Amino acid sequence: MRFFILLSLLIFNQTAIAFCGFYVAKGDAKLFNKASQVVLVRQEDKTVLTMANDFKGEMKEFAVVIPVPVVLKKTQIHIGDKKSIDHLDAYTAPRLVEYFDENPCAEHKKYKGLAAPAAAPKMEAMPERSGAKKDYKVKIEASYTIGEYDILILSAEESDGLTNWLKDNDYKIPDGAEEVLGSYIKQNMKFFVAKVNLTEQSKLGFNYLRPIQVAYESPKFMLPIRLGTVNSEKNPTNSEGTQDLFVYALTSKGRVETTNYRTIKLPSNMDIPVYIKNEFGDFYKALFDTQVKKENMKAVFLEYAWDMNWCDPCAADPLSPQELRKLGVFWLNDNKEMAKINMPQNPAQNVFVSRLHVRYNAENFPEDLVFQETSDRNNFQGRYVLRHAWKGEMKCAAAKDYRKRLNERLEKEVQTLTSLTGWDINEVRKKIEFPSQVVDEHENSNWWENLWKDKEE
Amino acid sequence: MPQLSTDPRFYQMAIQLLLLIYGIGWLQFDIGWFEVAILTGSTLLTQYILTKALILPFFEPKSALISGLSLSLLIRAEESWLLIFAAVLTIVSKFAFRWQGKHLFNPSNFGIIIMMLCSGKVWVSTGQWGNIALFGFTLACCGGWIVYKVLRSDIVIAFLIFYGVILVGRALWLGDPLTIPLHQIQNGTFLLFSFFMISDPKMTPNSRIGRIILAFLVAIGAGFVQFVLFRTNGLLWSLAFFSLWIPLLDKWFPAQPYDWRT
Repeated sequence: MRFFILLSLLIFNQTAIAFCGFYVAKGDAKLFNKASQVVLVRQEDKTVLTMANDFKGEMKEFAVVIPVPVVLKKTQIHIGDKKSIDHLDAYTAPRLVEYFDENPCAEHKKYKGLAAPAAAPKMEAMPERSGAKKDYKVKIEASYTIGEYDILILSAEESDGLTNWLKDNDYKIPDGAEEVLGSYIKQNMKFFVAKVNLTEQSKLGFNYLRPIQVAYESPKFMLPIRLGTVNSEKNPTNSEGTQDLFVYALTSKGRVETTNYRTIKLPSNMDIPVYIKNEFGDFYKALFDTQVKKENMKAVFLEYAWDMNWCDPCAADPLSPQELRKLGVFWLNDNKEMAKINMPQNPAQNVFVSRLHVRYNAENFPEDLVFQETSDRNNFQGRYVLRHAWKGEMKCAAAKDYRKRLNERLEKEVQTLTSLTGWDINEVRKKIEFPSQVVDEHENSNWWENLWKDKEE
Repeated sequence: MPQLSTDPRFYQMAIQLLLLIYGIGWLQFDIGWFEVAILTGSTLLTQYILTKALILPFFEPKSALISGLSLSLLIRAEESWLLIFAAVLTIVSKFAFRWQGKHLFNPSNFGIIIMMLCSGKVWVSTGQWGNIALFGFTLACCGGWIVYKVLRSDIVIAFLIFYGVILVGRALWLGDPLTIPLHQIQNGTFLLFSFFMISDPKMTPNSRIGRIILAFLVAIGAGFVQFVLFRTNGLLWSLAFFSLWIPLLDKWFPAQPYDWRT
């Protein structure tokens, strides 16, 4: 009896929620080359920025120069946890849902759902170094060692002074960066400069660089991308000079969008061939490439917008309040009681996540990204549907009709896939298992021939 | 009944409608035809009710429809009642805030600003048009034609020049490449504001000098909001604020007000 109740509850849930399903782990963390991940937490003018990197070179080669709106105190800087970002990435990634056709000859139809996450991006860091100094009209506002990083907060009066200071301190500043630095100086921005303290790093024992977090209060709701475009232009490994950026915005009111560039939704909720299950990473990458080309690389893509309390289907569980606080969601309660009752899947209140994905270069994205928080709490996700054909035996007249419809459906899926990804249609068709044209004798019989057959038997 | 060719409002409506078709059909605006129907329906109904309540000689649907279409192009909200409120406020402002037969505020500007201030739940997606040079060019031509028809091209040209000088001047001062101000000027919302909102003949000062001064003030104010306060929607805030000064500009520089039928 107990088993029966459990089973009926399960079936009820499946019917009530159209695309609930099971999660299948297959995310690939290295889909996009030269990509950075930024978690942007914002409420009113308070901002917490988490910058992840998976810098793969020599630790001593690593350095970053980030324009920040204010001089940061030591307590405003924190070294974060990469796991939370990975979790957030998995939670917001585009996903697959699977449905299984029932036997067209069976009386009742039911389905089973299945979800798979897509992609995690790869971080790119600016390789630079540090060293000696002289008088450059550069003021070291503060100097800290936090975690494995040596951090300096600089303010400067002139761009050439700052450029020379950075160069003389062995930071590899690309040509063309001086103008951009000059622009930030005049906009009264400060410079957050970090490099790895090898002693601290070996003491801590991490074999990767942990994300840097900064918390500040400023009306500027923006991300400075211009230094990055100078960098990418000069980077010989990327001839097009483009970079990918993932922004995971965590807000309380609603969806975040860019105000100086178009923010559009990634095409979603489409039926695609089932073989994509094993090539989902390639699919997502090709889909994104195609959409970027279609928009002439002038748009920012919304890949996910959801209330952090739930997901459907879930590519990963929603983040726990503890994880969210680690990422800087400061408006969540921090009492211990809450921590006790909150298991990982327990909902976090009042957090809305927007995942923005942008491919940019200096030509198409000349300005820094400026954001605004809207009151839009409509949920959106990159969701792609796989419909598995019925593979079992079919012994009825309905099977013929089913095969015909299936054929049409598969063809439509091929067309959708090729238009989304730009893949060669003939190559795609080769991978599709179109229904067999061998027909069962029952399918060719006249409709009345089977009418009284059962009774006669 | 004005003839089709003499009343520029018909052209304005046609262009607004084309822009909406483009935005909803191609640019993925966060608004659908249902919301457009709510906004235009609400502006028309409010206009009708107020016409009857105030016993005005005739019901004038054109300007209400234009306001509804303007709102559709600009305002975004998750819930329909916010849109209805904005539409009602827009039309009420035309009747409530009048100065010598003119509107004190551009109606849709007023509706949006008040809703942003009071509800905090509506927004304007300034990035929704993207930055398409061709689009900017087309809109400039169409808008230019309309403002020429209503003889208010002076304020548009003056505003474009003043704001352009601010953007280019800022870029030169910062040492930024000119692609940055060019990118900002190609913003669809900026062009729409320049050609359709600041040029509103029922709001703008009567005299040319007054209109040029207003254009100057609005440009300065918008730049201040965007580049000093770092807030969004500088154009809308600035126009709403400096609209309050129009009666003074009309007093200092008197001239004949505009009449749609001339």
